[in-house]
Amino acid sequence: MRFVLNGKRADVDAPPLKRLLDVLREDCGLTGTKEGCGEGECGACTVLVDGVPVNACLVPFAHARGRRVTTIEGVRGRAAAAFAREGGTQCGICTPGVVMAAATLGPRPTAARVRAALAGNLCRCTGYAGIVRALAGRRAAPRPRVLAASRAAKTTRG
Amino acid sequence: MRVVGRSVPRQEGLDKARGAARYVDDLRFPGMLHARTIRTTIPRGELLGVRLGFDPNGFTIVDHRDVPGRNVVALIQEDQPFLVEREVRHAEEAVLLLAHEDKETLATARVDLEYRREEPVLDPERSSHAFKQIAIGKGDLGRGFAQADLVVEGEYRTGRQEHVAIEPQGVIAVPSADGMTVIGSLQCPFYVQKALAVLLGLPPQSVRVVQAETGGGFGGKEDYPSIVAGHAALLARKAGRPVKLVYDRLEEMAATTKRHPSIVRHRTGVARDGRLTALEIEVLFDGGAYCTLSPVVLSRGCLHATGPYSCDNVSVRGRVVRTNTPPCGAFRGFGAPQTVFAAEVQMERVAEALGMDPVRLRERNALRPGDTTATGQRLGEDASALAVLREAVKRSGYHHKRRAWRGTGRGIGLALFHHGAGFTGSGEVMLASRAALELTPRGARVLVASTEMGQGARTTLAQIVAEALGVPLGRIEVAEPDTARVPDSGPTVASRTCMVVGRLLEACALEMKARLGGLSPAAYLKRHGPLTITRQYEPPPRGAWDDSTYRGDAYGTFGWGCTVAEVELDPVSYELRPTRVTAVAEIGRAVNPLMAAGQVEGGTAQGLGFALLEEVVMRDGRMANAQLTNYLVPTTLDTPPIDVTILESPYRRGPFGAKGIGEMPMSGPGPAVANAARSLGLDVRCLPITPERVLECASSSTESVPTSTRRR
Repeated sequence: MRFVLNGKRADVDAPPLKRLLDVLREDCGLTGTKEGCGEGECGACTVLVDGVPVNACLVPFAHARGRRVTTIEGVRGRAAAAFAREGGTQCGICTPGVVMAAATLGPRPTAARVRAALAGNLCRCTGYAGIVRALAGRRAAPRPRVLAASRAAKTTRG
Repeated sequence: MRVVGRSVPRQEGLDKARGAARYVDDLRFPGMLHARTIRTTIPRGELLGVRLGFDPNGFTIVDHRDVPGRNVVALIQEDQPFLVEREVRHAEEAVLLLAHEDKETLATARVDLEYRREEPVLDPERSSHAFKQIAIGKGDLGRGFAQADLVVEGEYRTGRQEHVAIEPQGVIAVPSADGMTVIGSLQCPFYVQKALAVLLGLPPQSVRVVQAETGGGFGGKEDYPSIVAGHAALLARKAGRPVKLVYDRLEEMAATTKRHPSIVRHRTGVARDGRLTALEIEVLFDGGAYCTLSPVVLSRGCLHATGPYSCDNVSVRGRVVRTNTPPCGAFRGFGAPQTVFAAEVQMERVAEALGMDPVRLRERNALRPGDTTATGQRLGEDASALAVLREAVKRSGYHHKRRAWRGTGRGIGLALFHHGAGFTGSGEVMLASRAALELTPRGARVLVASTEMGQGARTTLAQIVAEALGVPLGRIEVAEPDTARVPDSGPTVASRTCMVVGRLLEACALEMKARLGGLSPAAYLKRHGPLTITRQYEPPPRGAWDDSTYRGDAYGTFGWGCTVAEVELDPVSYELRPTRVTAVAEIGRAVNPLMAAGQVEGGTAQGLGFALLEEVVMRDGRMANAQLTNYLVPTTLDTPPIDVTILESPYRRGPFGAKGIGEMPMSGPGPAVANAARSLGLDVRCLPITPERVLECASSSTESVPTSTRRR
């Protein structure tokens, strides 16, 4: 079956009902797309099909015929560095899916837009704080403070 | 060139964000088979027969008769078999293992189990078998209650919680002529090695365990990987080929360990001025069908049951009991989130009974430097309960919001807590962890069994070594955790890695620096040959722990935390939505502030799930909602902004002053959210606070629930 994979023409021989996730990981050797739940809830397997984010665990391979499929291996740009710098990745298993789901956000999205775009991507490590910092920038989502305990508030008056 | 205290990026961060990091399911070996586990479907009974409903040709099939060593999972008690022989103690217990080279063929193989069913014990209050009982006593309870002007009683309950690491359990077992190698997603390589040596009847050194990049643990990969690895190893041994065993989400949720459900009862004596005079606490945990780590989970639960408060007369009695349900095990917080929930909601109710501001009541009783805990541990200068409380109250505008929101659908609540860092009691002394540092031409290589699972161990340990050795961070490598190459630095659990293992590495680095005597690493190697420095944990000079009396120093030290939760009640759906959380944590020293904050942010979100969403529904001893479709964990839209402040008060025996942090943030959100619900007139004493629970509380409450929500 022919399709376009990360900008290059591909021809892969696999059953039409095989999950796109398995075709990418097993037949194409692209293991950056992860399986978290296999039921379309966690978003770890998010890839783009014709520019639209989908859960590759729910998409049969037949659906990819003639389309443009983009995986994490096909993404360039500064997103990865921002995730590493701002604490947007911890264990990292959800990160490729998060980066893919965020690929449709334009430049400098607000924190609210980031949250809406990533509502289908579960992260169990970060509480999403580092992810929002990485994508919306420090102005939209500040970094935490560090203080000497001796300089903490001395009273409880707000 | 200071590197400790700087938020340097995670070492493997770019690889993870580019999809280049390799997890166990990303690895393939020539001739590798896939594996599947056949499990029991009844909670209690006797296994009478196993019938294969498929053509066994091409399959490798293993049952308990294929165990070459002993069929027990070596941990605390040896009560749990790797594979059922006859007695069935819970549903989802492994009976038969299958391996095949084709996943599809494997998935369609049908096996029927025949049983004689027995009446299961599913209610922990009706269980007659305790895995462990604990009694902690201080002062004279009778005298304490005699001094009280008021006595407040209460019962608090929490349910099971599933870890939901986004990467499920998984290992690959590779057999060799004289042993077994296991590569897996795991927290504790030497635990797996020990368990496999017993199972396979091999000396430990014939079992090699290597940690692959691990997609989250949270305690779920502390003890359970021993079972997954054991199953894969039995198949690999029989097939003579590598075997990959990776769970799907359903199996992960239905069969693996959970946070212990709890019932905690408090009876508190208090004087009119707010001074606590007596704390009587009973703790009951449901351990499930086998012992696993339950005794130590109970221990930590009981040791945190008083909350961070001083009281002269204390009794804590705890029990963890057996039921016919899948075993509970380690989960971030390890018993403390359950007992802290009870303690902090009880504190709020004591304040209500006294008509006292809940912050003032906590200030009045908070543990201070020099105070002694229920076990007689005298606290050092880093006892920071007041500092975290005051900072969180001020930062959140708690008092102002509490007044301004009265009578609206918005509420605010707080919780004050502490968390013992490192193993409980004499645990660290018994572990006697070892860490090593090897000189390389450019710098040094860290050799530890401590695992990176997202928390940042790889990066922070390298920062500690770079700082102590006085070389740039880029010259420090961290070796892959591989039992054949690294010393046993203990399990990666209990908020101990940075504090305990980091301290050993700091000492290694300081000695290495002295040995170099100003020479560059390359020059030293050329002149003197290889250099490896190893350090072993040394017991602290005082405060020895007595396990028989529960007296002494329960922990090296404590971290301190305060969480303030702001919530909004949806008047139509009765959902309680968190709108903002303020989290303050005193952790000694933040080696990497952004990673430390990442622990607070992530632990807070997981705690919000525990508080509001995450409910394991059990039916006939099985999890009825073993899918992410109906076991809900917080999404971006369920997780509000989390305002984090890290406070530093250096701990003498931590590297550069650092204490533990990983588990502590989990304790705050449960009680903080419950107390925010209280401020709305909802008498919540049970987690999670689902809309159904809110409805129950609202209809049983004497006060009416506000019906309108005023937006900002």
